[in-house]
Amino acid sequence: MTAPILQVDDLRVTFDVPVRGGWPWTPARKLQAVGGISFDLQPGEVLGVVGESGSGKSTLARAIIGTVPSTGGILFEGQDLSALGADARRSRRRDIQMIFQDPLAALNPRMTVGDIIAEPLTTHFPKTPRAEVRQRVQALMERVGLLPNLVNRYPHEFSGGQCQRIGIARALILNPKLLICDEPVSALDVSVQAQVVNLLRELRRDLGIAMIFIAHDLSVVRHISDRVMVMYLGRLMETAPARAIVERPRHPYTQFLISSVPIPDPALEKARPRPVLEGDLPSPLSPPSGCVFRTRCPKAKPRCAAEPPPPYEVGPGQRATCHYWDEPTPMVQAAE
Amino acid sequence: MAFHDPTADALQAPARPDKGRSLWTDARRRFFRNKAATVSLIALVLIALFAFFGQFLSPFDGETVDFTLIGVNATQGVPSFETGHYFGTDQEGRDLYARTVQGTRLSLLIGLVGSLVAVVVGTLYGATSGYVGGRTDNAMMRIVDVLMSIPFMFVLILLLVMFGRSLLMLFIGIGLISWLSMARIARGQTLSIKNKEFVEAAVATGVRPLTIILRHIVPNLLGVVIVYATLLIPEMIIYESFISFLGLGVQEPNTSLGALISRGASQLGNGVPWQLGFPLFFFVVMLFAFFFVGDGLRDAIDPKDR
Repeated sequence: MTAPILQVDDLRVTFDVPVRGGWPWTPARKLQAVGGISFDLQPGEVLGVVGESGSGKSTLARAIIGTVPSTGGILFEGQDLSALGADARRSRRRDIQMIFQDPLAALNPRMTVGDIIAEPLTTHFPKTPRAEVRQRVQALMERVGLLPNLVNRYPHEFSGGQCQRIGIARALILNPKLLICDEPVSALDVSVQAQVVNLLRELRRDLGIAMIFIAHDLSVVRHISDRVMVMYLGRLMETAPARAIVERPRHPYTQFLISSVPIPDPALEKARPRPVLEGDLPSPLSPPSGCVFRTRCPKAKPRCAAEPPPPYEVGPGQRATCHYWDEPTPMVQAAE
Repeated sequence: MAFHDPTADALQAPARPDKGRSLWTDARRRFFRNKAATVSLIALVLIALFAFFGQFLSPFDGETVDFTLIGVNATQGVPSFETGHYFGTDQEGRDLYARTVQGTRLSLLIGLVGSLVAVVVGTLYGATSGYVGGRTDNAMMRIVDVLMSIPFMFVLILLLVMFGRSLLMLFIGIGLISWLSMARIARGQTLSIKNKEFVEAAVATGVRPLTIILRHIVPNLLGVVIVYATLLIPEMIIYESFISFLGLGVQEPNTSLGALISRGASQLGNGVPWQLGFPLFFFVVMLFAFFFVGDGLRDAIDPKDR
């Protein structure tokens, strides 16, 4: 195995939440959005990240890209990004690019598409001749499936799917080694989703870019990822190869997520047993003690409140953060 | 070209890049569809032409005193084309047309300078404050609060009294206060823009903060800023006129619309209504036009209208 392109070690992101109505000097409450996540990413690998809203997926992405302050190690090609100075880090950002959730909001409405796509290039290589910039932008537009003669158009003249392609082109212009996709398709129509996902797959095959693919839709993630990471309340619940996570989920939360992917057959859908999940996501301001999932877990025991579970090795390349991963999860059939 | 069909382009796939329709182009089209605003804009252009080139149409300048007319203003100084005094003469026997041209020019300048300072200083200050955020933002906005809480009319009068009544002082005084509320508006807009994903994309790419402010924040602020600036111009003109009306503004032989109106008003009982009427006409038309243009711009630029 080659050296990992990205090593994340015990990454934590804590936000200050000011106390409402307090004095300016009242200490803020701490909200831990990401609480101790570690993983490695191999060159060319696609890592899917799933979890419900508020599970810290996007914050994880923003911590890696450096727009949110974090503690813990983020080693990119063996180099600790957090130890770099502002300038060095800025130039390192060339190699990590990001695609955003809302395709239109990610494009400056006052800039032409050509300028938007060229921005990373003109930022890091300001001396590039204009003709060359233009030529690269147009080549890239063609590559992501946009007509290159639309360079002078503005973002509001494009559809959501086209805007996402513009976002992808912008992310690719510097030939990055790692692409972070933050729910790139969740704002798009299903048919357009497929096009964009297929485009990303193609790009990955042709360019060999490593990707972190974030989504709350497990079926999309399964389609594109080599490995899937399941997050809940800022913690890692389970990591496994994409096949294993669908076929042999070990963590009760993963099992719940799998069972909530609808089957397009009403009879099968009704007959399928699923674990019961009660209540809502607890507030990240006061997470449960021990295992954060225990408040909603159907097989929670006193031990779960006392000690946080370590990642158990439950299969080849598969780790689940649950004390009782080898016990069966109580399932119920959907009510008639 | 009213309608542009992108699919037709796509089918032909021309080699030349086609032109995009920017948000500004859209706004311009919407603005000119607004009749009142268009007419007001034309009126403003005419007034500006009048203010800057009107003196060439008259044989008289605003400073020469015609002693033969003093005292017989009501009968001899009437507006007429034969004498060349189109707007009549004032109390001292000076040509009122030339005086009005001069006053309109000064009032326009005051408004433009005030709102120019507001646009440049206020926008940059507010955008920086909002973008940097945190303690810096707090400190910068408290400074604005403090400056705003000083009764500026009082300060302006003090300035004029202490440093003498010069035009420069008037410009400085108006410039000093005009940017404050602009800074607040710009900051508020910046706060909502800086959380947009395109700003995050720029940060993630490694664009420098100053470039982000200038390239991504300010152009998106500009719509609101322009509207506010157009509405600020008449406000500044009114302030200046008020000060001149009190007798503290511009100094003779220079004049402004406020000063002319003040003098005209004091002569109202002497049968010379043109001394009030002409300056007042230009004052009112100018203010109306600015307000209509500002309104039109707001409707044109406001994205919620789309």
